[in-house]
Amino acid sequence: MPIPMTAQEVLDREFFEMRAKILQLGASFDRMERAKGELNQEDRIELLNQGLHILLDQKANRAEQIQLLFSREYEENWKSTFNME
Amino acid sequence: MYYFDPHIHMVSRTTDDYETLARMGCIGMSEPAFWAGFDRGSVDSFRDYFSQLTDFERNRAGQYGITHFTWLCINAKEAENVELSREVIKMIPEFLDISNVLGIGEIGLNKNSRNECIIFEEHIELALKHDLPILIHTPHLEDKYQGTRMILDMLCNESKLARDHVLVDHVEEHTIQPVLEKGFWAGMTLYPVSKCTPARACDMVEQFGPEKLLVNSAGDWGPSKPTAVPDFIMEMRRRGHPESLIRKMVYENPIEFFSQSRNFKFTPPDVLPAV
Repeated sequence: MPIPMTAQEVLDREFFEMRAKILQLGASFDRMERAKGELNQEDRIELLNQGLHILLDQKANRAEQIQLLFSREYEENWKSTFNME
Repeated sequence: MYYFDPHIHMVSRTTDDYETLARMGCIGMSEPAFWAGFDRGSVDSFRDYFSQLTDFERNRAGQYGITHFTWLCINAKEAENVELSREVIKMIPEFLDISNVLGIGEIGLNKNSRNECIIFEEHIELALKHDLPILIHTPHLEDKYQGTRMILDMLCNESKLARDHVLVDHVEEHTIQPVLEKGFWAGMTLYPVSKCTPARACDMVEQFGPEKLLVNSAGDWGPSKPTAVPDFIMEMRRRGHPESLIRKMVYENPIEFFSQSRNFKFTPPDVLPAV
């Protein structure tokens, strides 16, 4: 089912919202820089960086890929791990 | 536009919220049993809670012309206590003939633990025994993908289960496809931080179509917005989607899913006799 808007209409409607979200990210990273202390081996920063790369590099399904990035892996043999077979 | 909210926790909301929802077109809702914000200590706590869901909330909703339905279970968080869970599951049939009880829910997983899985499967057995539909909670954030896949494994392992009797709720971009592909209903929850926004829900309607898809607010005691379904309606309209599609999503689909429950009796306002 197609979205009943053109790409130009989507951009016109959402440009300021997208701009604001990028600003919010920039300000959050700045805030961490300005704050006291250091982030030692913080995996979440690496996840955020990978998420930004998905935004820049992916051509489709960015939302799904970002969801998977922030998800625990599914283990097919979980039932035997739990002794539930 | 009239609409149903198929998943909203009104025990956590004020009477003012009922009035606001009615003013915005809500004429029906279903309220799954959930976590109270603390672990309850006895089966009698659940018995009292189920009385609240089947009596008090139904009456409170009725004062504003909203038909209230409910689902009963012990939720995934408290399912970690297997002994208490089994006492609650044994007690639930006391309530199953009450006219606003649609089925068993919201069962599911929280941290994807062994005990949660054991109690999930025992709830499924209860639903099958009483021929009732099931409403399923999927975990939040980083646990959602793994937990949803585990839930689908358990559901698909049950050959007696009619898949269109099951609603798997809180789907997002990475979980909606396997749920729909396996023949279950899927619910999108509009929740400010941890679940889905109205815009992303519209994206999923556009990508996967409106069949077997519901949208809800899950309004509860946390940061949530009970009027989120009207926000979804507005977003669909702003994109230029036809009213017929919007009505299917927020009115016809919930009625189609709920109609599978023997206790679902609903008279649409447009066929009520004039006063």
